[in-house]
Amino acid sequence: MSRLDARFHIDYPGFRFDVDCTVPLDGTVAVFGSSGSGKTTLLRCIAGLTRASSGVLRFDDTVWQDDARGIFLPVERRHVGFVFQEARLFPHLTVTQNLKYGMKRSHPSRRRIAFDHVADLLELEALFQRRVSHLSGGEQQRVAIGRALLTSPQLLLMDEPLASLDQQRKKEIVPFIQRLNRELSIPVLYVSHALHEILQLADHMVLLKEGRVAATGPIQDVFSRLDLPGLVESNVIGAILETRIAEHEPQFGLTRVEFLGRSLFLPQQALPPGAPLRVQVLSRDVSLVVGAPPATSSVLNVLEATVLEVSESPGDQYAVEVKLDVGCPLLAMITRKSFQQLGLRPGQKVHAHFKAVALT
Amino acid sequence: MNVMDWGPLWLTLQLAGVTVVVLLLVGTPLAWWLAFTGSRFRTLVEAVVALPLVLPPTVLGFYLLVALGPHGLIGGPWKNLTGSALSFTFTGLVIASTLYSLPFVVQPLHGAFEAVGKKPLEAAWSLGASRLDAFLTVASPMAVRGYLSAVVLGFAHTLGEFGVVLMVGGNIPGVTKVLSIAIYDHVEVLEYTQAHVLSAVLLLFSFLILAIVYTVNRRLPVHVS
Repeated sequence: MSRLDARFHIDYPGFRFDVDCTVPLDGTVAVFGSSGSGKTTLLRCIAGLTRASSGVLRFDDTVWQDDARGIFLPVERRHVGFVFQEARLFPHLTVTQNLKYGMKRSHPSRRRIAFDHVADLLELEALFQRRVSHLSGGEQQRVAIGRALLTSPQLLLMDEPLASLDQQRKKEIVPFIQRLNRELSIPVLYVSHALHEILQLADHMVLLKEGRVAATGPIQDVFSRLDLPGLVESNVIGAILETRIAEHEPQFGLTRVEFLGRSLFLPQQALPPGAPLRVQVLSRDVSLVVGAPPATSSVLNVLEATVLEVSESPGDQYAVEVKLDVGCPLLAMITRKSFQQLGLRPGQKVHAHFKAVALT
Repeated sequence: MNVMDWGPLWLTLQLAGVTVVVLLLVGTPLAWWLAFTGSRFRTLVEAVVALPLVLPPTVLGFYLLVALGPHGLIGGPWKNLTGSALSFTFTGLVIASTLYSLPFVVQPLHGAFEAVGKKPLEAAWSLGASRLDAFLTVASPMAVRGYLSAVVLGFAHTLGEFGVVLMVGGNIPGVTKVLSIAIYDHVEVLEYTQAHVLSAVLLLFSFLILAIVYTVNRRLPVHVS
């Protein structure tokens, strides 16, 4: 697994960008934060498109920038793919020429991604003969992603690639990005301020706030931290569960998925059995039961849980946030009254009842 | 009536052609720098480049005559190097024309490079293109209309120059006697027929070039938005 060590410092008028982080490059790493938190700056510094006044950047053991030693590798020699917010296709070239622009410039010994594979993955074949100016926004962005992939980059950087698209186009592109990782195993650094995209795509995240790293870690851990108030509208995300489709129960309109050897039920999904599915639980949709669970209940999803931590809810004075362990972190938002009646304390065993929603 | 002398026409085309080539070589990096620099001297350089637009040609010609002469800033060292001064030579005319037509080449190129902007270049670099590669394969084709305007304006403007040539080049047949000066000469001695023929040739030629260029420009596939 690759690793990125980054330390950058830039003083802009009225804004200080001061980042220091180590990121494991495995799967998709989201760089998340509100507008103006420095997400794009971080990505551009990593690419070498923006030069921090002082910085150190290492990709594994390769130094890309070290200002103390006067090292700065220009972007064209870092072998990274960059997908911009706008597609930035070359208007004087055809779609095929655009796709091959970077491929032709990569050394044959580095090429490990085949043209046909990318064309297949992004469903580009129908676009080959079209003029760039006649493509829709979503089609342009797919060509731009393909163009970057065909350089066989060791790291793919994506700067809000969906931001300029409408909802429908976003839905079209997300599955393609999800497949990049599984099929090509290129680590992706993905900048976004859209929570839904992050929940769908990211495995790991770097949270930026006002030009600094506020948190970093696996996405499940970061979203379940109680000490990051204001991260996502006071912790609406209860858990992100990595499940696998077990079977469909069409007579009930349900799909049974497996999570750590136990069964959960969701509204019916279109995916085949065996397919991985990421599931989201909202913290307000979790209720807690102390003692043995009732033998019969209308709630389908029940997991044994251990109370880890309890905290005031920053957004609601009559609510309490409870962090639980169900094999992965789970946040429950319950009323203060329930909290007192249950007498919750760390270490206590409870049962968590919840509603689960697929992230697709 | 004397026989038509086509020498000045040929000399004029040579001068305009060589000047345009020199202008592209000098103007491209200059326009590139103007389009992308963050330097605070940018506006000063822009003003200097635009000077020939407002200066009377005789003023520019006068300074050039002094500079290119055997004791001048440029002519002096040149004489030590080659044995002859630059004033009243074809090379001198090329230098003078280059300065005189500079804004007509630099300004369209500057505008074109600015319209292309940094974004496509960043994309090209990130795809592994070196700076020169990105300039040649992305910026230049995208700026092709700018180049077309630059070549035409540079060529046409050099074709019609009079004051600067008269000051720097004088009127030496086969060396510095260009079309506009030949016409002036003919009129001076009341040879209206020759003046008519040369003027008509210049008029027709200029019109044809512009007509072709505007047609081609309209059909060019690249639309830089």
